[in-house]
Amino acid sequence: MVGLFVLLLVFVVTFPLYARAYDVRVLTIVLLYVILAVSWAMFSGTTGYMSLAPAAFFGLGIYSMATLQNYLPFPVIIVTGGLVAFALALLIGLVTLRLRGIYFAIFTFGLVVFLGELVQYLEATIWLKHGQAIIPIDNEILLYTMFGLAVVTVLAIYFIRRSRYGLALQSIGGNEEAAEHMGINTTRLKVLIFAISSAFMGAAGVITAPNLIYVNANIAFSLFYSFMPILMAVFGGMGHLYGPIVGAVIFGYLEKMLRAQLYSYFMLGFGIILVAVIYFLPNGIAGLVPTLQDKLGGVIQKLRKGGQAGQHANT
Amino acid sequence: MPILEGQGVNKYFGGLAAVSNVDFHVDQGEIVGLIGPNGAGKTTLFNLISAALPVSSGEIRFKGQKLNGLKPHQICQMGVSRTFQETKVFGNMPVFQNALVGAFFGTPTHISGTDAAREAGQALEFVGLSAMSATPIQDLTLVNQKRVEVARALATKPELLLLDELMAGLNPAEVSEAMELVTRIRDKGITIFMVEHVMKAIMGICGRVMAFHHGEKIAEGTPREIAANKKVIEIYLGEETRAGS
Repeated sequence: MVGLFVLLLVFVVTFPLYARAYDVRVLTIVLLYVILAVSWAMFSGTTGYMSLAPAAFFGLGIYSMATLQNYLPFPVIIVTGGLVAFALALLIGLVTLRLRGIYFAIFTFGLVVFLGELVQYLEATIWLKHGQAIIPIDNEILLYTMFGLAVVTVLAIYFIRRSRYGLALQSIGGNEEAAEHMGINTTRLKVLIFAISSAFMGAAGVITAPNLIYVNANIAFSLFYSFMPILMAVFGGMGHLYGPIVGAVIFGYLEKMLRAQLYSYFMLGFGIILVAVIYFLPNGIAGLVPTLQDKLGGVIQKLRKGGQAGQHANT
Repeated sequence: MPILEGQGVNKYFGGLAAVSNVDFHVDQGEIVGLIGPNGAGKTTLFNLISAALPVSSGEIRFKGQKLNGLKPHQICQMGVSRTFQETKVFGNMPVFQNALVGAFFGTPTHISGTDAAREAGQALEFVGLSAMSATPIQDLTLVNQKRVEVARALATKPELLLLDELMAGLNPAEVSEAMELVTRIRDKGITIFMVEHVMKAIMGICGRVMAFHHGEKIAEGTPREIAANKKVIEIYLGEETRAGS
């Protein structure tokens, strides 16, 4: 694990030395997708509450940057963006997490649309401007900051997942009524975890904003950022922490490649791949691992003997 | 001394009285049975005790403390645990983790991971499922899933256990095993209140039985008295006749 992390660290830190500026930005976006997909999967993947709100919290982060860029230093805005998203998610959670199934999904979908319209209205009537320019920041700084946030997010979620609260979240996904009767304050846990996952999305929005140069309500609160994390998490598989990470990396790369090949038709190509994955790999890419282990049997077991012991202890 | 008591308990669904002005009590160390035809309000009463539903009026007390207005997780942490008529196991985790949830969250005090794992292990051993700790829950038979529910409830360290049709769907041999299990739970010092249709179980292990019909308590007494009670016979024979026609 530590070795892998050092390798990754060296890769990301040295990446701008030899890569083109465009590729540095692609890597930054891949890391953004990792943050969104992992945070989304932590709450929605475990509890089964399908949140379509990532774009709302992500957009709040972008607008935090747009509004505060001239007043506060960048790191402070990142924290502020996270806190704003956290606070809104707490409020939304308290009101809506009593809704189940499709109703929760529809509400969170509406939240994205509502915030976008609200910002548009405020810009037209009170702020009297359409959209805002954002002062650019060096590509390398954005990459390193995004990488830092991705590490914090993945670590936080790793520890939550393997703690008793990770078990409690899973039990809510298994049977919420039974979870309540086993002594879990499900409302409090759901609201808190929803807010934590939203905070990461908000902070990621702040770091993404300078890359956009100009933002308006349609760009910041685009539903694209709500659907992407879900597709990536499903694509990668939600049973393990690494599923959404793998999904985000492959997806991010695919998206860029397909955009280059197919331009605005890239979603067509991506849609076909996604349908194929869901059809053939219902548990995502992560679901392949046990299957491959079964097939290759003893060979892999022998090769992985060392690494396996630690992983099983975590369940 | 009653560990659980209810006074004038009512529950309305719209205009329908699912539980109607019921007084009841369960004494410490008893095994009390609750019988009645389908729709008599037995499960509703359990839902009221465990706070899955709020009472419309009346009062339920556990060890003298009012339960009105509390949440299910608080009731559990006070020491009242339950199983469900339609099994509600955590289908997305193995047997051991099901019991572990109860051990971690069922008590008001913080419990360490090691202690929780030990409690969960002991609960599974008590119901005879140690060998299946790592098995995915869907691979279990109905009777074993019911045992997981019992183990999960025991892991919360209850003083009172509500069993909702533990024996339903079991074959005669499994019913005998379940009866023995319930008796052993009582012998641990846990009071039992059980909804049951299997007469053999009611007659065999209950010290006292209450009979419900249309949300009202129509009879109460020893299993023998209940079996001889005119109203009870009428209801059950009436049911039989209707079912047969």
